[in-house]
Amino acid sequence: MVEKKNSYETGFGSDALKNPQRIVFITKKTSAKVKGDAGRQLMSFPHLLLRESIAFQVMVIVLVGIALLWDAPLEQLANPLVTPNPAKAPWYFLGLQELLHYFPPLVAGIIIPTLVVVAFVVIPYFNVNVQGEPLWAGNRALRFKVFLSILVALVAFLAIFRAWTVLVPTVAVAGPLLFSSFLKPEGQPAWKFLRTRPVSWWVMTWFITVSVVLTLVGTFFRGPGWSWVWPWRGHGV
Amino acid sequence: MATSSLAQAFGRLRATQVWKSIFRRGPARTNRTRSLAVFGNLFLHALPVKVRDKSLRVRATYYLGSITFFLFVVLVITGILLMLYYHPAVPQAYRDMKDLGFVVSNGVFLRNLHRLAAQAMVVAVFWHMFHVFYRGGYRPPREFNWVVGVGLLLVTLFLSYTGYLLPWDQLAFWAITVGTNIISAMPILGRPVRFMLLGGNLVGENALLRFYVLHCVILPLIAIVLVGVHFWRIQKDGGLTVKETFQEENGRKEE
Ligand code: HEM
Repeated sequence: MVEKKNSYETGFGSDALKNPQRIVFITKKTSAKVKGDAGRQLMSFPHLLLRESIAFQVMVIVLVGIALLWDAPLEQLANPLVTPNPAKAPWYFLGLQELLHYFPPLVAGIIIPTLVVVAFVVIPYFNVNVQGEPLWAGNRALRFKVFLSILVALVAFLAIFRAWTVLVPTVAVAGPLLFSSFLKPEGQPAWKFLRTRPVSWWVMTWFITVSVVLTLVGTFFRGPGWSWVWPWRGHGV
Repeated sequence: MATSSLAQAFGRLRATQVWKSIFRRGPARTNRTRSLAVFGNLFLHALPVKVRDKSLRVRATYYLGSITFFLFVVLVITGILLMLYYHPAVPQAYRDMKDLGFVVSNGVFLRNLHRLAAQAMVVAVFWHMFHVFYRGGYRPPREFNWVVGVGLLLVTLFLSYTGYLLPWDQLAFWAITVGTNIISAMPILGRPVRFMLLGGNLVGENALLRFYVLHCVILPLIAIVLVGVHFWRIQKDGGLTVKETFQEENGRKEE
């Protein structure tokens, strides 16, 4: 250790373990300038607080308005001897209940939900999702073959189980996906959005589309014995 | 000076020792006192002192995370009020629902508000998550906060689900019966887990009590801790994602 000259100066020594010295590397992609250059800043008080209060007030007004018009449901006292037909889970689980209609409980009730949660957790840890390259930016021909094979296998699987309410939204998302592979970079600017979507975008959009369709079907289109009903025909729930 | 008498009165209030003992700063007119207003306050110090104006734009968040949090606050308040009228017992729980409907002043409104906010919170939490996803808000350094978010999603769903049993009507009983039957499909662990959750093999009074404790104590506490971590991490991760930064870093800029 070199002796300190004054109380402000920390010591420098030749022992790298005791006195580590650092060199800063600025690589092209993460230069300090780009990171720090995120635009103008405003004081949270009052700019953010004001906006948050307005959001809160609007939310409470809407909530109170609806709560005055709509009534929370209450049925008969619970009776283990009288099973309603159909017995439905809360709406946010009706997608799962719809899957249970097609697949064995282990698959629909345990494996699929577990996989979905695991998939959510790992999203940020995969480089494909982080970089967000457009799906067709790489080897287009190869990727097209891969996606077509996955699609055909998936559709065949769903058809074998007759899982139509999963199959239809799957095809509805697969259509634009395959279509987007034929879009030329120099083509219509209107199609640019579709052409530049990364794979994570397609997978999430597929997941959301299927979930929304399953939830709507489970809520409105399923009646006694989980048979298909038309909500406007008055039977079912 | 033509200050209104209201402003004068407020000014005098601010000069009192009592006021000064609570708020140890002058009026928030300078950036220094405005900063103090945020980080000198236990409840506000979860917020950053400064925010990027890009993050303040409505389409940066649609306030979805905030609205999810506000709904949680409404649920805690209405939930505590509901607890004053509720017994987790069979069949008293159901009678309490009837009392809320016919005896308690504004009981219907209270129950409606709690039930509605619960549904809305499930919608809001999913919407917030999808919005964050499409904006790329999960990218490093925010990976861990995304995972905390997934935890919050699960806690929100569990909160809503355990609350569903409490009215002890047919809707509640059969929804929980259907749901917990699925757990038994799990190999080996299924039946023990279901037994532990229900306190028996059937949805009965033990299940009601367990769901009540989960709904009113355990899950809200977990939610509060996770929300705390979530908000704290937003600050530590450098505020919200600003879209342009990411694109510049990758050497391309859209729009
Ligand atoms: C009780 C549930 C939740 C609450 C109260 C909540 C609250 C918030 C708030 C207030 C923000 C600030 C920006 C905004 O309003 O969007 C935020 C950001 C964020 N949330 Fe949540 N959140 C919840 C659930 C989730 C879930 C389920 C996820 C994802 C799985 C998630 C991931 C994130 C991420 C990654 C950010 C940072 C976004 C960015 O940097 O652009 N949160 N959250």
